[in-house]
Amino acid sequence: MLPIAALVWASRSDGTQAFWGSVTSPQAVAALKLTVGAAFIVAVLNAVLGTITAWVLVRDDFRGKSVINSIIDLPFALPTIVAGLTLLALYGPKSPIGIDIAFTRTAILAALMFVTLPFVVRTVQPVLTEIDKEMEEAAKSLGASELTTFRRVIFPNILPGILSGFALAFAKAVGEIGSLVIISGNLPYKTEVSSVFILGQIESGNPAGAAAVAVVLLVISFAILLGVGAIRHFTTRHDRA
Amino acid sequence: MSIHVRNVSKSFGDFSALEGVSVDVAGGSLTALLGPSGSGKSTLLRIIAGLETPDLGEIIIAGEDATGVRVQDRNVGFVFQHYAAFKHMTVRDNIAFGLKVRKRPKAEIREKVDELLKLVQLEAFGHRYPAQLSGGQRQRMALARALAPNPEVLLLDEPFGALDARVRAELRDWLRRLHEEVHVTTIFVTHDQAEAMDVASQIVVMNHGRVEQIGDPTQLYDEPASEFVMQFVGEANRLGDRWVRPHELDLSPDPAPGALEAQIERVTRYGFDARIELVTADGSELLVQVTRDRLEELELVAGQIVGVVALNERTFAGR
Repeated sequence: MLPIAALVWASRSDGTQAFWGSVTSPQAVAALKLTVGAAFIVAVLNAVLGTITAWVLVRDDFRGKSVINSIIDLPFALPTIVAGLTLLALYGPKSPIGIDIAFTRTAILAALMFVTLPFVVRTVQPVLTEIDKEMEEAAKSLGASELTTFRRVIFPNILPGILSGFALAFAKAVGEIGSLVIISGNLPYKTEVSSVFILGQIESGNPAGAAAVAVVLLVISFAILLGVGAIRHFTTRHDRA
Repeated sequence: MSIHVRNVSKSFGDFSALEGVSVDVAGGSLTALLGPSGSGKSTLLRIIAGLETPDLGEIIIAGEDATGVRVQDRNVGFVFQHYAAFKHMTVRDNIAFGLKVRKRPKAEIREKVDELLKLVQLEAFGHRYPAQLSGGQRQRMALARALAPNPEVLLLDEPFGALDARVRAELRDWLRRLHEEVHVTTIFVTHDQAEAMDVASQIVVMNHGRVEQIGDPTQLYDEPASEFVMQFVGEANRLGDRWVRPHELDLSPDPAPGALEAQIERVTRYGFDARIELVTADGSELLVQVTRDRLEELELVAGQIVGVVALNERTFAGR
């Protein structure tokens, strides 16, 4: 709580008017929009991709499964600036595979996808492992097809896990800086995300402006986490006997 | 609907779960698959349901080959030991599941669910979630759910295994009464011989993936086909290579010369009969069951040496 209080205090040090001025400056608004928009898209995409990955890891058997399983955690272990460099080498102007997306919004999405995927995989995987196999067999014995069994029985039971993974991926994406600072190019109004904008404000001697945008990011993240928490609470109501 | 299992074999890796099993179940009957754990009884039930595929052999349900038919299309109701409740659905939605999947009209579903809730005495619990029910209630819900689509066959895998003794006995009676009402061909798996004897009209005794004997409770007790059945169904005494049921032994306070002698360890009285535990000179244990009157007539006490006379005995060909 103390660092948050300090941040709020710092953001107000130049007065309320300066606070609104910093927050509503066109460049700050563009950066905030890009950050929240990209984080949302990435969290949604990874909720789907991460769930599929977790499904394959839990339900399928194939050679090299344990290797893949370990590689999932790579973005956790890798310093994100290294991830940024790697992505630049792969998808930059000197791309060995001929894809140059450096300094575009696509690059931002790619980098965020990479660093947030394990959050979903690692929250869905244990839920999927825990799921009662007999519940699926019961559904099939009652005439449900594979698809119906997934939709009506499996999905409702893993949804809380997916939502947790979504919230974590979103929060991580909103705050991400290391992997973006190189590959995004930080073009104001185009590819400058809030974290980089905040860094820029501090470097140009405007700590109160930096704190003001930081507070807005904080509020948005809190709101998303609370919202997801509420949905989670609703989807697990049957467990609270 | 009759069920015929023909020469079914099934292996899991190196473990042979079933070896050439054949069983006939008459339509409308109540049959128990009885055996110790690892005997293959659950595997056989799951193969009949279509939850496992046999390596060899076939399953014939109502005169038609069902071996290759998917579980979804077999029209069987299956009840699991640990209920397999859909925990994110209310009791009503659990029971309605099979009907909703079949896209029955809403009014029909409501009517059928009401009827089943009444049958399993859960009328007041329709809007609860499974987590809010006791074990016995959950299993009754699971039964109602299995019965909802009017299955041709009802299969129960150790249905009372996870419940405490009192609820077990209650549900056992209830299943028997239900079967009298509904008359669906029913097969249940159990490792408890008393449960099998109490509920089933036909018992299939299994051991090591094979059928040891098929018969009604009296046949199994009076005419066991093997040493295994002799020991597993009811209590048994071994005298050398001969086998005797506890009630087929009599005791005499002054043994005749040459008769088998044993020392009384303990005498326990139940309602009508008494059980006497003895040890013979070579250290083997015997259990004798006599009526209370006979016990008083003999005036037996612990520590006494008595003669043991077998009134009936059997031998089994070595295997």
